[in-house]
Amino acid sequence: MTLMGCEQIALFSIILLLLTKPIGAYIAAVMEQEKTILDPVIAPLERVTYKALGVKSGEEMHWTEYSFALLAFSLVSALFTYAVLRLQGVLPLNPMGFSTGLAPAYATNMTADLAFNTAMSFTTNTNWQNYSGEATLSYLSQMLGLAFHNWVSASVGMAACMALIRGFARHSTQTVGNFWRDLVRCTLYILMPICLVYSLLLVWQGAIQNFAPYVIASTVEGAKQTLPQGPVASQEAIKMLGINGGGFFNANSAHPYENPTPLSNLLQMLSIFILPAGLTYTFGKLVKDTRQGWALLAAMYAFFLAGALICYHCEALGNPNISGQSVEVSTKALGDLGGNMEGKEVRFGLANSALFATITTDASCGAVNAMHDSFTPLGGLIPLLNIQLGEIVFGGVGSGLYGMLVFAVLTVFIAGLMVGRTPEYVGKKIEQKDVKMAMLFILAGSLSILVFTALGSVLDLPAKDWLNPPGATYNNVNNAGPHGFSEILYAYSSATGNNGSAFAGLTGNTPFFNTTLGLAMLIGRFLMMIPVLALAGSLAEKKYVPPTSGTFPTHGWLFTALLISVILIVGALTFFPSLTLGPIVEHCLMHAQRLF
Amino acid sequence: MDDKLSLVPVHQRKKSPLFQVAILGRAAKDSVIKLNPAVMAKNPVMMVVAVASVITSILFVKDLFVGLPFKLLLFEGQITVWLWFTVLFANFAEAIAEGRGKAQADALRRNRKETMAERESGKGKYETVPATALKKGDIVLVKAGEYIPSDGDVIEGVATVDESAITGESAPVIRESGGDRSAVTGGTKVLSDWLRIQITVQPGETFMDRMIALVEGAQRQKTPNEIALNILLAGLTIIFLLAVATLLPFSVYSVRAAGSGQPSDLFSLLSLLVCLIPTTIGALLSAIGIAGMDRVLQHNILAMSGKAIEAAGDVDTLLLDKTGTITLGNRQAVEFVAAPGITKEELANAAQLSSLADETPEGRSIVALAKQYGLRERALSTVEAEFIAFSAQTRMSGVDVNGTRIRKGATDSIYKFVREQGMSIPPEIEREVTRIAQAGGTPLLTADNQRGLLGVIYLKDVVKGGMKERFQQLRAMGIRTIMITGDNPLTAAAIASEAGVDDFLAEATPETKMQLIRKEQSGGRLVAMTGDGTNDAPALAAADVGLAMNTGTQAAKEAGNMVDLDSNPTKLIEVVQIGKQLLMTRGALTTFSIANDVAKYFAIIPAMFGALYAAQGSTHGPLWALNIMGLHSPHSAILAAVIFNALIIIALIPLALRGVSYRPMSAEAMLKQNLLIYGIGGLVIPFPGIWLIDQVIVALHLAPVG
Repeated sequence: MTLMGCEQIALFSIILLLLTKPIGAYIAAVMEQEKTILDPVIAPLERVTYKALGVKSGEEMHWTEYSFALLAFSLVSALFTYAVLRLQGVLPLNPMGFSTGLAPAYATNMTADLAFNTAMSFTTNTNWQNYSGEATLSYLSQMLGLAFHNWVSASVGMAACMALIRGFARHSTQTVGNFWRDLVRCTLYILMPICLVYSLLLVWQGAIQNFAPYVIASTVEGAKQTLPQGPVASQEAIKMLGINGGGFFNANSAHPYENPTPLSNLLQMLSIFILPAGLTYTFGKLVKDTRQGWALLAAMYAFFLAGALICYHCEALGNPNISGQSVEVSTKALGDLGGNMEGKEVRFGLANSALFATITTDASCGAVNAMHDSFTPLGGLIPLLNIQLGEIVFGGVGSGLYGMLVFAVLTVFIAGLMVGRTPEYVGKKIEQKDVKMAMLFILAGSLSILVFTALGSVLDLPAKDWLNPPGATYNNVNNAGPHGFSEILYAYSSATGNNGSAFAGLTGNTPFFNTTLGLAMLIGRFLMMIPVLALAGSLAEKKYVPPTSGTFPTHGWLFTALLISVILIVGALTFFPSLTLGPIVEHCLMHAQRLF
Repeated sequence: MDDKLSLVPVHQRKKSPLFQVAILGRAAKDSVIKLNPAVMAKNPVMMVVAVASVITSILFVKDLFVGLPFKLLLFEGQITVWLWFTVLFANFAEAIAEGRGKAQADALRRNRKETMAERESGKGKYETVPATALKKGDIVLVKAGEYIPSDGDVIEGVATVDESAITGESAPVIRESGGDRSAVTGGTKVLSDWLRIQITVQPGETFMDRMIALVEGAQRQKTPNEIALNILLAGLTIIFLLAVATLLPFSVYSVRAAGSGQPSDLFSLLSLLVCLIPTTIGALLSAIGIAGMDRVLQHNILAMSGKAIEAAGDVDTLLLDKTGTITLGNRQAVEFVAAPGITKEELANAAQLSSLADETPEGRSIVALAKQYGLRERALSTVEAEFIAFSAQTRMSGVDVNGTRIRKGATDSIYKFVREQGMSIPPEIEREVTRIAQAGGTPLLTADNQRGLLGVIYLKDVVKGGMKERFQQLRAMGIRTIMITGDNPLTAAAIASEAGVDDFLAEATPETKMQLIRKEQSGGRLVAMTGDGTNDAPALAAADVGLAMNTGTQAAKEAGNMVDLDSNPTKLIEVVQIGKQLLMTRGALTTFSIANDVAKYFAIIPAMFGALYAAQGSTHGPLWALNIMGLHSPHSAILAAVIFNALIIIALIPLALRGVSYRPMSAEAMLKQNLLIYGIGGLVIPFPGIWLIDQVIVALHLAPVG
């Protein structure tokens, strides 16, 4: 590790911390329909939207109505995307002729299972891509089919989170808000204005924004290279801010058109964390005790910083088998370009790659600026573990905070009994139904990751089977030994966590993987979101219990430490056996001179 | 605590050892009976262990016939035995907790008399029927020397009743029709006179029946918090079940990829499963709940449900009656303030004279105080005087001696008496009266018909010793105390500040009491209160925890969710502490149980996967490095973890029964302390524990060394 590298991580952390309060306060104002400075511009637009959608924005919804609206909206929009993807061949804005007879030779066909996987992926805010955008999707598919979800899937997450926050903040009531209003206000007041400024900043830094056909360029060596084009900057802004992560190009944020400079890199990293960080303050503000929000943020920071530093440390140490061959790769000699540079961009270096990898997996973003598959075993364990924790360290827009709140509820329930009272969290008694919903939330995640990984690692299918042409599912991995296992484990963790990043190397575009990964994304999104909404409903009905000195304090370091322990023991220990068979054993073997 | 406890026989109370041989023997038998699948199914965690035990048993028997190497059979046999022990230990914990109650119930049953009753069958006609045939509404006649056949209300007659069967109090009490002393309990004995009683309960629902059922735990239902905790434990069990079940395919993949090692065998997987699921708390959860009820019983309080005890732990506001709870029941004379021109001795003399016949505690305290002014105690007979008893009209009492009419009484009535004699009230006395009232005392005025006003006797409400400290402790625990009193606000405020309560309700009526409860509850607070009178019944029913006094009326006893057989309202504080202790014990053992998992992983995972990717000729692969405890072999490691997991249940039974140690302090301090002991302890203790067991196993040649 270098001082410069650590300083960059510190700089990022400080800027984020400074932004948390203003963003959080703004989100609170928008979502609770208070006055904002953007009202004169956006309010008319908002009214028109309600009118067009036929929404009565003043109505409050019971949690079941809220869930129904949320699910109905997600279903319809998923079907819409599926249709756009399947019909892209006959739809406009397809200069390269994808899904038609005119498609270039390198193009991938948009099959039914790939379209299902992609539609699920974008509806669930996962943005797992079993294809290369530049070789599969028309501009219309990108902009209408996918970018649309980049906006609304983030707003859906925010809406569900607001419902839960209201559950805590309100008392003795049946309602948790209005889904349509939450959806519209989040999109119009929060995502849109930030993205507008943000994409201009990216364009300033060199990201492209056009509808031009691909450019054929001659390299210095005289070779010919196809340079894909497109409306990248706008897509990029919402990809990061909405914590979607699906790149315009396959190389994602490692591609210079998406993420040209170290400054754009810093902006991208900040834009991933900014909304989840701000939401912790929103939570504190709405439950009228901002210390509660800061305590959650502190737990998030602890996981984030530990992850970033361990990952950076492992990457900086590099591979002992290379340094053993009298090749100078130490960071002492090469600075941030030493260590393990495989799969990393020279313009970012070690620290910014490790930091980006940690951020993108802490949050359920999944955008990458380096190839996680090429990290050292323990360096790669960090992104994997981050996802398996349940995408609660900052996490997705809304989904991160509601996941963290579920763990807070569990923590209070497990440890809070030790003060001799029925556990309470921010004035709400935690009872049967709440514990049930919290456990369902955690169960859904574990179930999906573990069961699908088990299936994906041992399913013996005959070669050329229609479900999986390579035959047995373990043939789809690119690497032997434990690394191959990590690839499968990572894929299902990423899908369930709605992350979308990959340990590339797994051949995922087969009916088997397209379908199972698609299902994992659905479970990871909706089977976890519905218990959260039920929890919101249950909490909203409860009376408010004022805190006394007999109440378990949930705003101090003690609670933060407890929360971290519960997340580690309940959230992470489940995956410890599988991690030992993947990255951990791979790490041990690396030191025994065996690489995979 | 005194000896007048009946629920728990005195000989048991005095020592009250946690374990008695008789109970242990019965519990051992019960723990086998409880293997009944229908009973086991109520505890999801232990059910999983039981199923695991059945599977390993079947596999072990199969392997016996296959003729596996002795080394493997030894391992499989031991795992099977210890898994069964784990289940039995859990059953044993529950049985032992129930044992104490069952023993008490047996004692109560033995004491219950099979009585006959004289039931009214027509006007003035009675027939003899067995007590068990009595229905609600029947009228019976009970004469001196007979047992009251069932619970009821006295509708005619006055009698002394020996209630020691219920309360343990040997002094007889008076029961009479009407008012607050009309309730009688079946099983108590009429000592003198007779009573006509209307039966108020159906057969089998008498207080005694309910008491036996409660003590025995026959009607025990899971409490809300217990159910919630069970959900958590079931959820964790499913999660770990998934983690372990999927480990088999994962290991199949890894063995194929490594080209070495063995896929996990079922014995290791089931061992890992049992070690990971929260068996410690799963095994002890129901014992903790039963022991909590039992602890309340040890205080001679009958809780109608475990829910009430749990609610007691959550109480935010305690409503305490001033008289009897905060202050000693009676006021005492502490000072004589003489009127101008009168000496203190003269006042003391008059006060003593007028109180000689006054047998109330106040009267006696005046006589006692007068002695300090050099007056010898005079016997009633030596004084030629006519005593005037207190009457509601005059609101005075006194004495007429040789034409001197001495009177003492409340301020207004004495003022009136003095003015009637044509004399005036000295302003000094008026000031004194105000001073005493403001200080929370009661001014009692003394006057005679010759000298007019003689002075003021300062009657003081004496706050019980140690109450202030207790209220301070309660405050630290976040519990507000509100004193309920019929006194005027001025007096109430003074006593409140002396006792150190947080608030008071003066001039309380049943209505204002009810309003106060509603107000507290609407603010999200849980309220506990005590009460005995019929007019307390609505408030007792509305309160989250209502502790009725056994001396109280039937209505009060039915409205409350607990009955104190000693009728000591101060015990409400103990009930709150027991409730807290119950919840704390659950939390502590849950935390301990979950924290234990870390060490178990480090024992079993290297044991299962230690051979993977082993280099040519080596038995241990890279993952054996996770064996940070340095356990001898895969077999000894897995065995050690399973044995530790079983033994820890036995080791924690005393803690589950006794509850974690408890001192009143703030939630934060309490959390820190318990977290240190049960959280950090739970994380650390299994490491040396498993290591030690591993050493013993290897020393006894129960598992191979390497």
